[in-house]
Parts: sequence; structure tokens; C-alpha cells
Amino acid sequence: MTWTWFHRLASPPYVYALAARLTPWFAWPAALLIVGGLWGGLVLAPPDYQQGDGFRIIYVHAPSAWMSLMVYTTMAVAAAVGLIWRIKVAHAVAASCAPIGASFTFAALVTGALWGEPMWGTYWEWDPRLTSELILLFLYLGYMGLRAGIEDTQRADRASALLAVVGVVNVPIIHYSVTWWNSLHQAPSVMRLSRPAMPSSMLLPLLMMLLGFTLYFVAVLLVRLRSEVLARERSASWIREAVSA
Amino acid sequence: MRAFLDMGGYAAFVWPAYLVTLTVVVLNIVWARRALSRSRADARRRLDRRGGEP
Repeated sequence: MTWTWFHRLASPPYVYALAARLTPWFAWPAALLIVGGLWGGLVLAPPDYQQGDGFRIIYVHAPSAWMSLMVYTTMAVAAAVGLIWRIKVAHAVAASCAPIGASFTFAALVTGALWGEPMWGTYWEWDPRLTSELILLFLYLGYMGLRAGIEDTQRADRASALLAVVGVVNVPIIHYSVTWWNSLHQAPSVMRLSRPAMPSSMLLPLLMMLLGFTLYFVAVLLVRLRSEVLARERSASWIREAVSA
Repeated sequence: MRAFLDMGGYAAFVWPAYLVTLTVVVLNIVWARRALSRSRADARRRLDRRGGEP
């Protein structure tokens, strides 16, 4: 097995150019999937037999919650790679993830509150799922605050990477919180071992939204990654090419 | 159309939830593009300071 692809992915000029080339390939399918998912979720899917049209919040809540966890996991893995192999590009990926993940964690909490009020009778409860998701938001904010507080990028990379890696224990806690503890929050209805607990007219738009948000994340990440890679380069001559292009 | 906007009486919860999420989606695009143009401007300044020699 050859590792050249790995080494190339650690090279800033290569990554900068590759990220620019790949962005539209993720952005356009993401846009189509999200528009299709919105149409399917808001118009085509039938109302829920218990929750009526209130259940349609799932089409924005579940993708936001999925983003909050998936982006954090990506950030922690990239941070670990950066720490272990001392790869600048990996640190740049981790740093790019944080604002995206933080904003979708915020969206997951707000949409969850808006779903909780009509269904549970409360916007907020100190429930295991809700509390661990709020801790995730604080982890993201702590990560960003730590980075902002350290002037030297290399030191900021290492310190924040450590926080990201340690904080990853919260991810399985959030996911399994509804199984481990008594929670107001419902148990997983899509990401479970048996078949999803939904008819396909409800499920398909949800899957489109989940995939659409994932591709959208990659597209936004690629734009942010170029910015982080550029900020880390001090003396490389390719910068001239990069900024003149 | 009226019934659609009413969301079976859940309009006050469904529409704000969609609005918040779509705002976050749009803002992330704006922020990412702004960060990139800021980094490019910074890089250009660094090049200029060195008199064109990287």
C-alpha cells in the first residue's frame, strides 16, 4: 500500500487547489437534496397521526442535531491526526469545523425547544439528551474561545486539538442518552439497527435532508479550509498563485 | 395555501424552526466566504510587505 495520497493531503498547496475544485461538486448536490427534502417534508409527507403537522420540525431538527455530532466527530478526528502526525492541514480542518458545528448545535437546541413546547409542554428541561447537547455547544464555544485566546497559530492548534479530542467522549453520551437514561426525548427512529420507524413518505425527505446537510457541510468546510490553510502559510511562494487566482 | 401556512395549528412552532435552521445554513455560507476573502487579503498584505518576495 502506498501512502502518497496521504502525504499529498498534508501538502497545503495541493489541498488548497483541491478544495477549490471540489467545492461545487458538494454544494450543488447539497442544494438539490435540501430543496427536494424541504418539498417532501413540508408538502408531500402526510401529517403524523399523533403530532399532526407539528412533526415536520423533524426535517430541520434531526439534520441540525446530526450535524452537531458529525461535525464534532470530524473535528476531533482531524485534531487527533494533527496532534499525532503534526500535520498543519489536519489542524486547519479541525479549526474549520468549529464554527459550523457550533451554529448547527445552536439550531438543534432551538428547533428542539420549538418542538418540545407543543409536544412535551416545555421549551426546556434539564434532561440528559438536552443537557448533553447544551454541553456540546459549550465545548464548541470553548474550543473557539481557546483558539481566539492564543495568538500563535501552532500553539492554538495544539491546545485546541487537545480540548477537541477530550471532548469527544460527549458524542456517544449524547447519542445514547435517550437509551441509558429516562429521557423526555424520543429514542432514535432512523439510526437504529432495526428498520426505521417511519413510512417511506416521511423517511425519504428526512434522508434527503440528512444527506443534503452532510454534503453542504463538506462544501462549507472546503471553503473554510482554504482560508485556514492560507492563514497558516507564512513564506510559501504558492501563496502568490493562490491570491492572484 | 392557508391550510399549509397554518401547519395544522403548529405554525408558531414549525415556521420559526425552519427559519432558524435556514438562517444558520445561509449564514455559514456567508461566514465561510467572508473568512476566505479575509485570509486572501491578509496573504496579499504579507506578500506586499516583503516587497513581492515571498
